[in-house]
Amino acid sequence: MTTRLFGEPVQRREDPRLITGRGRYLDDLGAGALAAAFVRSPHAHARILDVDVSDALDVDGLVAIYTWEDLPGALAEPLPLLIPHPALTHGRTAYPLAREIVRHVGEPVVMVVARDRYLAEDACALIRVGYEVLKPVVGLEEAAGGAHLVHDDVPGNIGAHLVQEVPGPGGETAREAVDAAPHRLEFRLDVERSACTPLEGKGVYARWDADDASLRVYSSTQTSTSVRMAIAAKLGLPLPKVEVVAPDVGGGFGVKIVHPWPEEILVPWAARLLNRELKWTEDRREHFVSSSHERGQVQHVRVGFDDDGRLLGLEVEILHDHGAYTPYGIIVPIITSTQLLGPYKVGAYRVEFSSVYTNTVQVTPYRGAGRPQGVFCMERTMDKIAAYLGRDRTEVRAANFVQPDEFPYDQGLTFQDGRPLIYDSGDYPEALRMLKELIGWDSFPEEKARAAAEGRRIGIGVGCYVEGTGVGPYEGGHVQITSDGRVHVSTGLTSQGQGHETVFAQIAATELGVPIERVSVVTGDTRRFGYAVGTFASRAAVMSGNAIALACRKVREKALRIAAEALEADPRDLEITDGMVHVAGAPSASIPLATVAVLSNPLRYAFDEEAKRATQFAGPASDDRPPVAEGEEPGLEGRDYYSPVRSTFAAGMHAAIVETDPDTAEIRILRYAVVHDCGRLINPMIVEGQIHGGVAQGVGGALYEKMVYDEHGQLLNASFMDFLMPYATEIPRIETAHLETPSPLNPLGIKGAGEAGVIPVSAVLAAAIEDAEGIPIDRMPISPSDLHTLRRSR
Amino acid sequence: MKPPPFDYHRPATLGEALDVLAEAGPGGKVLAGGQSLIPLLNMRLAAPARVVDVNRVPGLDGIEAGPSGVRVGALARHAAVERSPGAAAAQPLLRQALRLVAHPVIRNRGTVVGSLVHADPAAEMPAVLALLGGAVRLASLDGEREVPAAEFFTGPMESAARPGELAVSAFFPALPARSGTAFHEVARRHGDYAVAGVAAAVTLDDDLRISAARVACVSVGPVPVVADVTAVCGPRPAASVAWDAVAAAVRDLVEPEGDIHATADYRRHLTGVLAVRALRDAASAAHGEES
Repeated sequence: MTTRLFGEPVQRREDPRLITGRGRYLDDLGAGALAAAFVRSPHAHARILDVDVSDALDVDGLVAIYTWEDLPGALAEPLPLLIPHPALTHGRTAYPLAREIVRHVGEPVVMVVARDRYLAEDACALIRVGYEVLKPVVGLEEAAGGAHLVHDDVPGNIGAHLVQEVPGPGGETAREAVDAAPHRLEFRLDVERSACTPLEGKGVYARWDADDASLRVYSSTQTSTSVRMAIAAKLGLPLPKVEVVAPDVGGGFGVKIVHPWPEEILVPWAARLLNRELKWTEDRREHFVSSSHERGQVQHVRVGFDDDGRLLGLEVEILHDHGAYTPYGIIVPIITSTQLLGPYKVGAYRVEFSSVYTNTVQVTPYRGAGRPQGVFCMERTMDKIAAYLGRDRTEVRAANFVQPDEFPYDQGLTFQDGRPLIYDSGDYPEALRMLKELIGWDSFPEEKARAAAEGRRIGIGVGCYVEGTGVGPYEGGHVQITSDGRVHVSTGLTSQGQGHETVFAQIAATELGVPIERVSVVTGDTRRFGYAVGTFASRAAVMSGNAIALACRKVREKALRIAAEALEADPRDLEITDGMVHVAGAPSASIPLATVAVLSNPLRYAFDEEAKRATQFAGPASDDRPPVAEGEEPGLEGRDYYSPVRSTFAAGMHAAIVETDPDTAEIRILRYAVVHDCGRLINPMIVEGQIHGGVAQGVGGALYEKMVYDEHGQLLNASFMDFLMPYATEIPRIETAHLETPSPLNPLGIKGAGEAGVIPVSAVLAAAIEDAEGIPIDRMPISPSDLHTLRRSR
Repeated sequence: MKPPPFDYHRPATLGEALDVLAEAGPGGKVLAGGQSLIPLLNMRLAAPARVVDVNRVPGLDGIEAGPSGVRVGALARHAAVERSPGAAAAQPLLRQALRLVAHPVIRNRGTVVGSLVHADPAAEMPAVLALLGGAVRLASLDGEREVPAAEFFTGPMESAARPGELAVSAFFPALPARSGTAFHEVARRHGDYAVAGVAAAVTLDDDLRISAARVACVSVGPVPVVADVTAVCGPRPAASVAWDAVAAAVRDLVEPEGDIHATADYRRHLTGVLAVRALRDAASAAHGEES
């Protein structure tokens, strides 16, 4: 029997639990806990005059009411600015509860604790907050105009301004290159806001143990280790007295990497203060108005190119909507600016962004994290060049590709990890060839003509991207083989349904030569693993996958050392197959890993049959050596870390065929094809699932989802009735093909896959609709009503 | 998203239900399928003092189909009406429309009569009742009264049902021989409320010329907008109708408003397109019935 599971489409081991209702999500925990609810600002911008709680005091079951004035010490300070950057000269974060000013609808003002959530909401409804309404700043260009300010001390509403510039091959600036180019185009692009909208919102449940002076916190988070450090710091607790566990988490997509959310520190604080279990479960309306959004940008592009469509110079100016606060720094516009380049060599490049405050929900990374906007920009540029020159759109792309023999390829910029933007590997011409074959690119013109003869409008579009994945600084893995032969794997980063229990077990089973059934995986539990960064940036497989592999290799080495002694063999002659250590080619000379585990831990006391073998009178132990040899530790376990020098760059190309109804302007996706390269595949089925989910979210962003703010800063569609997340019925069948160019940067040769699917979808669908309609599509998303308006103005 | 406090009543008989509703007056709210009421409660957009759950009241779940039409009881679920062969035979528009109502799980719980009383101008069933000239039967301690569709829908989310009244059934009349119906709509997502939608009923004369043509349009006014387009369509066979003129006529009759999903201009345009599609399908269904 083979134990080589790496690369196999192993069925997801977490699914039986998750799809039969046995998942334990945050709100499933703490049935007897008190409930918290929040009074949130109904105004986009206002000064708080007073808070009158007198009526709420009559609510039976009310336990406590808190405002900013009640918060002690570090809790009363603004929330952390997680990722500082020199260009973020005016970074601003919110207070856990608003202090004097509210800056977006939904900002928490008052925290209420009651016997249950119903009563807590009853009390919230009776609390009267007096406001002096201030002028709201809504809309990117209005905000950048600076007529009114979101923060009094941030002139022009500009939180950050960053220019990155790479000269052309002859040392020319982008401006010079564009001006001197044989052909030039200039245009503007718009991308609307969207949001992660995981099916499970945020949530926090805290238990204070007064006897032990310790705190256990469960949070629906993408980073339990960092939430733990934040809570310890904000509450002044010793780190060892705080445990944070991420239970089953119903999706994150980026919003849950932001931390600590106000509730993540307020709930533990109040639980300790009241010495009662306390829970807050975010509802959908709260999630829309008080978590995070993303995507909103306006881009101005100037591009110069030659007769073949080769880029000579590219200048991009980006206005980035940051909402009211910048807790996650300027990661999103940095990613847009750098990943905009995609698989191309652009000649001279200059990118400049201004990150602008508005009185709206803050902007932090959402799956894709700035890349969908950057790819929209670059791919629209490619299509416009092709249209201008009358050339095939794939030819223009191919003319600009980084070639397979040019890796590692340095784009000359600084990426989101602060490291140089150097592509490690890839094969873009092959990916494009595969995609064209998959979608039938070359025969599409005939297909289109046939459809036109029937009065139907169809169009095809293509989009390419490169995604820097697996950003550092590090992740770790711990692997322990116990005396029952079971393998316990833990890593600190968290899971939100990706399939980590399966892929990490595949890696461990393969490295150790054990059946996967014996491997269990724990993620996101600080009791098991205290050092971690978190799950974001398509990094879990790359970071924890490699760390676990390295930890397994340590354990394996130790197991072989112990087994060699027991078998009186050379460890170099030993192999592990199906949980048995044996001499290569001589399966009878063998010892089970379980026994090796027993022997690894010299015992004084026997508690079962296996343990007897490790006690002092059991065997022929040497009399002149200590039972635990120098440099050794008891137990068959290992811990290791993976810390990459820089990101590894996955890539992909998508193509779609759409049909637009000539009468109703409805847009239907007829086919959707994906060629994807994330290096070596651990589990192709899970990678495909990730792609499907990503494409679905991309379709949402392209055709359905936007955050509709009115001029007062009210979010008009803060519900799933009016925020149109696509259903399964709106998602086409997705055809996929994989290309594998291993990463030379990590031991397993893998690259991230989590965000990939979403990245080029808006660009691809805009291109396909443009092809069907013959109208430039420069703003996404596009609805049938929008398309109707475009047709009218043609 | 938890409801404000309310008293919950679960009467076992119709008389008991009417007693409670009379006592509750304007503070009473009927719970049947709950597909609209529960979200309204949870979002604290409605705060009735008393919620009267009529699900245990016997005799309200009837679907009586006959030559004159279909009477649907207050507790008949959308799904039950959709699947009723008798209802489909007596009035095919019911099934055509119900397939467009939300999703199967919502139709399993939501009721036809509840949808009528909720009176959402974007909903399908009010348009069906309005198109067919049906009626809603309202019961109270004072007795029963039958309110015709034309008087029942009084505004967006407003019906003629008064405090203390329970809508016990609705009647959807059958159409004359050689009639056909159809319902076309455009929704942003499968099962969403329509951006625009048109129900149509067409009757042919002995020479298979259109002798009556009516449409009811959703999402383009405060109540379902019913229009008689017989004059533009007939009397001529469907194949020789000037459909562009029909579309223009329907567009002139509606007064849509723009919202976050669609402009008024798009809604008006779409209503014309969908009216033609629905009328043509209705006409061919009427033909089909003839052959």
